[in-house]
Amino acid sequence: MDIVVTIKQVPDPDIPPHHFKVDEANKRIVGPPGVAPVMNGYDANALEEALRIREKQGGKVTVVTLGPDGARDTLKRAIAMGADAAVHVNDAALLDRGSSLTARVLAAAIQKIGPFDLVLSGRQASDTDAGLTHILVAEALGVPAVSPVSKLESVDAESAVARRAVDDGYQRIKVRLPALLGVSSELNEPRYPPLKGIMAAGRAQIPVWSAMDLNITDLEPRVELRRLYQETREARVELIEADSPAEAGTKLADKLREAGLV
Amino acid sequence: MAGVLIVAEAVSGALAPSTLELAGEGRRVAEALGEPLIAAIAGTNVRGNEAALGEAGVEQVYLADHSGPGVPSPEWTAAAVVAAVKQAQPSVVLISHSAAGRMLAPTLAARVQSGVVTDATRLRVEGDRVIVTKPVFGGSVLSEQVVLANPQVVTLRARSFAAAEPQPRNAAQSIALQVPEAAGGLEVLEEIREESTSGPKLKDAKVVVSGGRGLGGAENWHAVEELAAVLGGAVGASRAVTDAGWISPSHQVGLTGATVAPDLYIAIGISGAVQHVAGISGARNVVAINKDAEANIFKYARFGVVGDWKQVVPALTERLKQLRS
Ligand SMILES: Cc1cc2nc3c(=O)[nH]c(=O)nc-3n(C[C@H](O)[C@H](O)[C@H](O)COP(=O)(O)OP(=O)(O)OC[C@H]3O[C@@H](n4cnc5c(N)ncnc54)[C@H](O)[C@@H]3O)c2cc1C
Repeated sequence: MDIVVTIKQVPDPDIPPHHFKVDEANKRIVGPPGVAPVMNGYDANALEEALRIREKQGGKVTVVTLGPDGARDTLKRAIAMGADAAVHVNDAALLDRGSSLTARVLAAAIQKIGPFDLVLSGRQASDTDAGLTHILVAEALGVPAVSPVSKLESVDAESAVARRAVDDGYQRIKVRLPALLGVSSELNEPRYPPLKGIMAAGRAQIPVWSAMDLNITDLEPRVELRRLYQETREARVELIEADSPAEAGTKLADKLREAGLV
Repeated sequence: MAGVLIVAEAVSGALAPSTLELAGEGRRVAEALGEPLIAAIAGTNVRGNEAALGEAGVEQVYLADHSGPGVPSPEWTAAAVVAAVKQAQPSVVLISHSAAGRMLAPTLAARVQSGVVTDATRLRVEGDRVIVTKPVFGGSVLSEQVVLANPQVVTLRARSFAAAEPQPRNAAQSIALQVPEAAGGLEVLEEIREESTSGPKLKDAKVVVSGGRGLGGAENWHAVEELAAVLGGAVGASRAVTDAGWISPSHQVGLTGATVAPDLYIAIGISGAVQHVAGISGARNVVAINKDAEANIFKYARFGVVGDWKQVVPALTERLKQLRS
């Protein structure tokens, strides 16, 4: 089973909102100094699932990212977790130009990597929160997509059966391979890189591809980011004071009754 | 041709609440652009909604009835909506940011060579462009984005736009689409509806009681359910809880879960991560119970108790039982 996992490096989503700033002029999010960017969480779930499939069925797991120089660290982490190979697409002309171009770039890179059975991607990135790229990659590759996948019931050479979360339940979907799955966080708990993996990552050679390597000439974005800004929020909470937590619980009930809420 | 096209959904013979929100906002955008409001509806037994769509302001509806056996695959639905959009050539397409909409919107945009912005919380028309306000970075940052080509495809966050008020108008004129069964690679084997064990549906509930990681384990989850039962409310959860499997994923509230808009939202042992509170911006009164006075959830709360839920919640539940009996 040959699997490609798409990966994005993102600012750490656990940074509390008041610890980072928005550079409105350059339309960028600036994290606090010293906090390293991370592998997008859902992409880590996608990689974990790929590694589990390979451990059972053999094959190869290749990770690919489109990102600036620093994104190399995230590819190294993927290798440390157990990926067999990594590809870094890095070209100033391709960066920050929206999901549509990103998807065409990733699809071209996946095709250049070689034949694949599965593409696993996170269901959305925690910085842009768009949830578009993976579906657009599937469109560009001309393969079916299932997203968001909360459980992978089975995979064989021809097909996979996945659970897709819908609004008040789930669908069990059978999909013919090759296919793309958009992975959600219920699927698994990503592993920590073992020591052996960290050493392998140190030695790994990661090829860097440009727009030219991938024959990408149409660079037109389809969506324009006009503005990025933050709104501040003032707390207005009325805290219930009491001698004990239990008494606070009782008082809260009375308060809710007074306010006409129960 | 032009127009603002909404992708309508019907559940058990009536228009979905999210569809009325699309119609309400769609009509506003259509009026600003000076274009008609039209719709596409695809699924099993979707005929017969023309009157309700008309009352919601829709002039024309493209209708694709799924005649094949079983649940229509997402590929069939996408093919139907693409066919409608290719015929109608609308300048704007509005889709709800539901599980189905999240897959449909990019598929459609790719197939009609346009762009898409997801999870909008506000729309504003400038000239012939729709300026889309979209929260990013979990909801702690806002962005304004614009699709540069037509159709401008946008998904709307639930409970963030005023629903259309039905008014006596002509029924929408319907145009039937013939959509062959997709030859694609997807087959929906079955669809499982996880009805909440009791009480109302999360999305429509007037009261929601949600629990977080602070509950400590599946064995304590009954405390959330008991309080919800006493209040006749629905049970919600943070992602930490659904990921841990204490309750099924359909109970997850937040950016990647359900958007709720109850009169009362009680958050127990939930820190209030931006991705969680993204799902409760429509809640009118938030109550937070958390042992950490610094927890972010208190910023969103009207009432709060700083304390261990193990003492607070049983006393709260007990007192509410007395008050309500
Ligand atoms: C892209 C992305 C999408 C996401 N989507 C969602 C989403 O849709 N919904 C969602 O919920 N999350 C989502 N998350 C996850 C989110 O960032 C948080 O990790 C999650 O909401 C935390 O859940 P929690 O509040 O239950 O747990 P924690 O953050 O661990 O908080 C537990 C809280 O319980 C309190 N506590 C502990 N013990 C007690 C006690 N005995 N009594 C009282 N209080 C106690 C603690 O003080 C703490 O505040 C998303 C994250 C990302 C990156």
